[in-house]
Amino acid sequence: MRVKVLSRNPDDYIRETKQDLQRVPRNYDPALHPFEVPREYMRALNATKLERVFAKPFLASLDGHRDGVNCMAKHPQSLSTVLSGACDGEVKIWNLTKRECIRTLQAHEGFVRGICTRFCGTSFFTVGDDKTVKHWKMDGPGYGGEEEPLHTILGKTVYTGIDHHWKEPVFATCGHQVDIWDEQRTSPICSLTWGVDSISSVKFNPVETYLLGSCASDRNIVLYDMRQSTPLKKVILDMRTNTLCWNPMEAFIFTSANEDHNLYTFDMRFLESPVMIHIDHVSAVLDVDYSPTGKEFVSASFDKSIRIFPVDKGRSREVYHTKRMQHVITVKWTYDNKYILCGSDEMNIRLWKANASEKLGVLVPRERAAMNYNQKLKEKFQHHPQIKRIARHRHLPKAIYSQAKELRIMREARRRKELNRRKHSKPGSSPFVSEKKKHIVAVVK
Amino acid sequence: MSLPGPWLGGSPAAPLIPPISPHRHLLLGGQRGHVAALDWQTKSLLCEINVMETVTDITWLHTETMFAVAQRRWLYVYDNQGVELNCLKRFNGVLRMEFLPYHFLLATASETGFLQYLDISVGKEVATICTRGGRLGVMGQNPANAIVHLGHSNGTVTLWSPNVKEPLVRMLCHQGGVRAVAVDSSGTYMATSGLDRKLRVYDLRAYQPLQSLVLPVGAGHLSFSQRGLLAAACGDVVQLWGRGAGKGGTLILWDPYLSHTLPRAAHSLRFCPFEDVLGVGHGSGFTSLLVPGAGQANFDALENNPFRSQKQRQEWEVKALLEKIPSELITLDPGQLGRVDAITMEQKHQERVERLGFDPQAKPAFQPRRKLKGRSSAGSLLRRKKKVANEEQRTKIRKSLEQQQAPEREPKAAPRAQRPALDRFKK
Repeated sequence: MRVKVLSRNPDDYIRETKQDLQRVPRNYDPALHPFEVPREYMRALNATKLERVFAKPFLASLDGHRDGVNCMAKHPQSLSTVLSGACDGEVKIWNLTKRECIRTLQAHEGFVRGICTRFCGTSFFTVGDDKTVKHWKMDGPGYGGEEEPLHTILGKTVYTGIDHHWKEPVFATCGHQVDIWDEQRTSPICSLTWGVDSISSVKFNPVETYLLGSCASDRNIVLYDMRQSTPLKKVILDMRTNTLCWNPMEAFIFTSANEDHNLYTFDMRFLESPVMIHIDHVSAVLDVDYSPTGKEFVSASFDKSIRIFPVDKGRSREVYHTKRMQHVITVKWTYDNKYILCGSDEMNIRLWKANASEKLGVLVPRERAAMNYNQKLKEKFQHHPQIKRIARHRHLPKAIYSQAKELRIMREARRRKELNRRKHSKPGSSPFVSEKKKHIVAVVK
Repeated sequence: MSLPGPWLGGSPAAPLIPPISPHRHLLLGGQRGHVAALDWQTKSLLCEINVMETVTDITWLHTETMFAVAQRRWLYVYDNQGVELNCLKRFNGVLRMEFLPYHFLLATASETGFLQYLDISVGKEVATICTRGGRLGVMGQNPANAIVHLGHSNGTVTLWSPNVKEPLVRMLCHQGGVRAVAVDSSGTYMATSGLDRKLRVYDLRAYQPLQSLVLPVGAGHLSFSQRGLLAAACGDVVQLWGRGAGKGGTLILWDPYLSHTLPRAAHSLRFCPFEDVLGVGHGSGFTSLLVPGAGQANFDALENNPFRSQKQRQEWEVKALLEKIPSELITLDPGQLGRVDAITMEQKHQERVERLGFDPQAKPAFQPRRKLKGRSSAGSLLRRKKKVANEEQRTKIRKSLEQQQAPEREPKAAPRAQRPALDRFKK
C-alpha cells in the first residue's frame, strides 16, 4: 500500500562540501515564529545597549595653536581641509585625514575675529582686531616664498565678523555696521545699519542667497535683503544673540545662539514667535552650525560642552564633553554629515563623530543590513520606558549636572508660583503666555 | 518501527515519555531509572544510563546537549553523554516538567502542589508558586504564549504565569478529575480528557467549549501535532483525529483518522516535529507510528533546523540566549507589548494638565480675524464663530455615525499588489 508521508533527502538540506555556504531554507509563516513582539523587544533592548557600548565619539585633537581658537571655516570643495583662526592672529590650515597642520600664517596682530572661504574654494578672507580685511590664496606660497595676502583692505573700525556670498563675488563684514563689499573694490558697495550698537556676526543665506542675517549687541537679530539698501526687519529678544546659522535645506529657517542658554529657531516670515526653543545648555551658547541635511544642528557653549539638537525637538539628542576641553568658542559640522569640529579656548580643535556609535569606514553588506535592522528596531520600540531610559542616558560632568539640576528647580519654582497666582486671582486676569512668546520682546518691520 | 523489548533490558518497567527535541533527538526514560538519548534518524546512540532511582519525567533542554530528569527525590540535569551536570535539591518531588524554549524556563509541577520555574541559562529559580491544587500530575504548555496549563482532580484546568501567584484563568472542564491536557501549536485550541471518559476541545481565545466526545476508555495522554492533528492514548489504543479541509479546519472528532493497537498500555506520546511520525512509549518499549499529514513540511532554518551542523547549533544557541525573553513578559496575550497603553497615556495626560494648569493639547478657541470696512461688527463676529462651531459639531457627529456603521460595512479586499506579504499565511 502506498502511503504519502514526509520524507526528506538530507542531501537537499546539507551542504555538499565545506567550501559551500550552509543551506538555510526559510518559511515566513508567522505560526512558525511565535513571540514576535517580545523577541523584537529584546533585540531592540540589546541594540540600544550596544549603541551605548559603542558610543565613542571622540576621534582626534588637532594641536598646534598657541592661543585660543576663535573662529573656524570649512573648505567648500575639500572635505579634509579646515581653517582656523586663533586669538594671537594666527590662521592654520589643517588636513583632517592626516590630522596635522599643513599651513600656518600670521594673519593679524590681535584676534582673528572672522574667517570665511570663498565659494569656489580657491581663496579665503580674514578679519582681525587690527581693522583689516585680508584676502589670501588657499594654496600656500611656493618654496621659499613668503606668506602674503592677495589683497588687504584697511578699515576705520574694528570688524567683528565676515561672511562670503554663496554664489557671487560679494562678501559682508560686520562691526560698527554691516558692510557689503565687492571683491574688486576697496570700499563697501553698501552699508546697512539699524540701531546704534555693534554687530557681532553676519551670515548669508545659502538658499536665498541675497538674504543676510546679523546679530547685534542690543539684543536684536536684523535681517537684510542685499538687493535693497535698507534692512528688512528685526526681532528683539530678551538677551543678546551671539551668532546665527541658516538652515541649508530650508530657505527661511535660521537658528540663533543666545546668551540665555537657549537656541531659538525662527521662521524669517513669522518672527513673532520662534518655531522652536532648544533648551539644554547651562551657560551661554557661543556658536551654532547646521548639518548639511538641515535636520540637526550642533551648538557650542561656554559650559565646556557641545550639544547636538534635532531641528524639531526642544531637547538635545547628544552631548559631547571632555575633561580637557574648556569653553568651546566655535563649532562646525563637516559637509559629509559625519564629523563635528569644535575649537575651544585651550588652543585645541577636536574632531568628533556626529553619530557617536557609528562605525566609520566601508561596511560589508551584511554589517550594513544588521545595522539598518537594529536602527529600525530602536525606532520601533523607542517609546518603551526601559529602552527610552537606556537610549537617553548620558554622562555629564559634575558642573553641568549640578547646574542643570539647579536650573530645573528654579524653573519649577517659577512655574508653580505662576500657577498659584493664576489659581488665586480673578479668572482671566493673568492669561497664559506660551513659553515661546515669553522671550521675544518685539518685532519691528 | 518498533524497538524490541529486550533492548530495554527486558524489564517490565513502564517506559516513559519520548520527548523529541526540535533537532530529531529522542530521549527515552523508563520508570525504573533507565534513560537513553539517541539520534532518532541515524539511530546513533548518544548515551544510555541508569540513574538508579524512579524517574517521573524527562525532557530535553534548549538543545540536544542537555536534558533534565525528574527523579524521585530531586531534579537532575545531565549532559547528552550521560554526565550529571546539576542536582537541584530545591525541586523535590517533581512529577511533570515543561520546557519553555523562548524563555529558557523549565516549569516543574510537584506532588506537593508547587509550580516552580527554573531559568536554565543562569541557573536561578525564577518563581515558586503554591498552587493549592493538590497533586499536580497533569501539565501542559501553550506554545504560543508560554502559559502553563495544570489539570486538577476537581475537574478544573488552571492557567499559570510565573509573575502571578494566583491562576490567570480557572476553567471547569470535566466532572471528575482531569487526566490529560494538550494545547495546539497556534494556541487556539485546548484538548482535555477527564475521568468522566470525555474528550473535550475548547477555544482558548474565548474559553468556550467547542466539541466533546465520549470515549469508551478515557484518554490518558493527549498530544497535538504541528499541523493540528490530535492523538490520544486510550489504554493500549492510540487514536488520531484529523482536521477539516482548508485553512483553519476544525477537528473532526466524530470520525477518527487513524487508530493503532499497542501490545501494552501506552504511557506517553509525542509527535516528532517536522516529520509525519508519532512516538509512543508503552509497557513493551517505544513505537513510532507513521501519521500522514502530521508534520510541518517546510521548516524555517533560522528557527528550528533539523539538519543543522554543530557550528550552526552553537551560533543559534548564542543568538537565542541574546533574545531570551525575560519571564516578566509572560502574559496571556504575547502581543500586548506592541500595543499602546491607552490607560497610562490618559493618566499621564491628566497629571500633566494638573501640573501645568492648562491642557497643552487642547485646541485654542477660534478667534475670528478682525476685518476692516465695517465687516467686523459684533453680529458678524458672532456669525463667524457660530459657523466654525457648527462645522466642528457636524464633523463630530459624522465621525460617530461612521464608527457605528463601520462594522456593518463589508471589508473590501485590498488589491493584490497592496496586500502585506504574510497574508497568504492568514487563516
